[in-house]
Amino acid sequence: MISGVANTRVGEIAGSSCMSLHEEAARGALEDAGLHWSDIDGVLCAYSLAEPHPMLASAFCEFVGIHPNVCTALQSGGTTACIMVMLAESLVATGQCRHVLCVTGDNRATGMSRDGAVAALAEFGHAQFERPYGIGIPPAYGLVAQRYLHEYGATLEQLAAISVEHRRHAARHPDAHKREPISLDDVMRSRVISSPLRLLDCCLVSDGGAAVIVSAADAGRDTRAPLKVLGMGQGHTHEHIVAAPSLTDFGCKQSSQRAFAQAGLKPADIDVAQIYDSFTITLLVELESMGFFERGQAGVAALAGELGLGGKLPCNTHGGLLSFGHSGAAGGMFHIVEAVRQLRGEADARQVKDARTAFVHGDGGILSAHCSLILGS
Amino acid sequence: MTPAKPLPKPTAETLPFWQAAAQGKLVFQHCSACNRAQFPPANHCPACGNRSLRWQESAGSGSIHSHTTVQRAPTAAFKNDVPYVIALIDLDEGFRMMMNWRGDDPATARIGDRIRVVFEANASPWPLPQAVPVQAG
Repeated sequence: MISGVANTRVGEIAGSSCMSLHEEAARGALEDAGLHWSDIDGVLCAYSLAEPHPMLASAFCEFVGIHPNVCTALQSGGTTACIMVMLAESLVATGQCRHVLCVTGDNRATGMSRDGAVAALAEFGHAQFERPYGIGIPPAYGLVAQRYLHEYGATLEQLAAISVEHRRHAARHPDAHKREPISLDDVMRSRVISSPLRLLDCCLVSDGGAAVIVSAADAGRDTRAPLKVLGMGQGHTHEHIVAAPSLTDFGCKQSSQRAFAQAGLKPADIDVAQIYDSFTITLLVELESMGFFERGQAGVAALAGELGLGGKLPCNTHGGLLSFGHSGAAGGMFHIVEAVRQLRGEADARQVKDARTAFVHGDGGILSAHCSLILGS
Repeated sequence: MTPAKPLPKPTAETLPFWQAAAQGKLVFQHCSACNRAQFPPANHCPACGNRSLRWQESAGSGSIHSHTTVQRAPTAAFKNDVPYVIALIDLDEGFRMMMNWRGDDPATARIGDRIRVVFEANASPWPLPQAVPVQAG
């Protein structure tokens, strides 16, 4: 079960470092759970672009001075956070650990240039068959978006509606990177990054950290507000977009089906969703590939406000990667943190009324690696 | 100075592809066990697991599966190239490759448009396959 969560402030945080963001997030999650550093016997970390380290989890434990029984770092791009929770659940279920700290953070905004962050991410491309052509993450998602618009007749206005709704959500969160409102026109007139995607179709580059503590059922019972993980699943179809079996159906279909099957639930049972939104198109194809909306209908729903507070499927109520912020693996962990706060009824102005089930989804690479979690109160 | 672009560095699996490219030929692997075209090059068929991949020559014709016009270069090496078109090309033999679409006006690229493959020289010994539009008809 999830016993503690925290996020740091997100944006341009002067004086932050990769490790300080990890420490701040971890400390916050411990306080949230009512646990101490000495209670932690498992640590899972992810990766850093600003301060890369081949053994980040060991470096973190050294930094904060803990000596857990289990410690390693994982790399699955944007779905790393969800996979960390899935693995942590296995560690506590098999008795290897009592309390596993999953902690992420990166100072991508102030610790490296924006150009540096974008260039580092271009390395997701195939060294011989993609990178010589000038591929990067936004062009790869541009290819997905162009195909989606072609097949389903979605409009740029529908994509823009997703961005506008995320900014509206972020305005209700005091820690969000971008809170000033934007309009459909602002999005559709922002400069083209890689057609059809424009600047405001793209996620942010932020400093920030997040942590989630996963505890064994008997150990988590005494924490402040534990929540059950009802279902978990992964799906993996490719890494490079040139090798993707489809540009409109992805491993999120398998990951969500596995999670729903374990939980004994279906998409219509979900009260609030926190789904990876590296670009507006990312959320659109995932919502449909996972069955939350019929083909071609997610954009229509976004434009009608159905992803907003009070809509049919309030989605990314913290503002997502598009507006709350994107700090590498922490970006995907913000979604988990927000899901927990919603189910506890601690989401303040963003609270979805009577939220009892939450769906969380992460996607790494170019819609390559997927992990879905279903949480329940 | 503009930093150098990433260029192909052949590996054990891909060397025959680049050696053919150096002679102006586009080749791909065909699995004789499951009768399927494979790209990128592999050492066993990812579809059936058989080690029966054989190199074949492609006619070098295909169509655009999707495309994007890059206006903001992902790395400094491509800054002088914007705007440029990246396309996923479905070759007629049933495999997919990424290429730059070398038409005159990026705004005219359309999904389904026919292309033929040409090879562009670069600073490495290995020329890059690229897509040139073919007029319909």
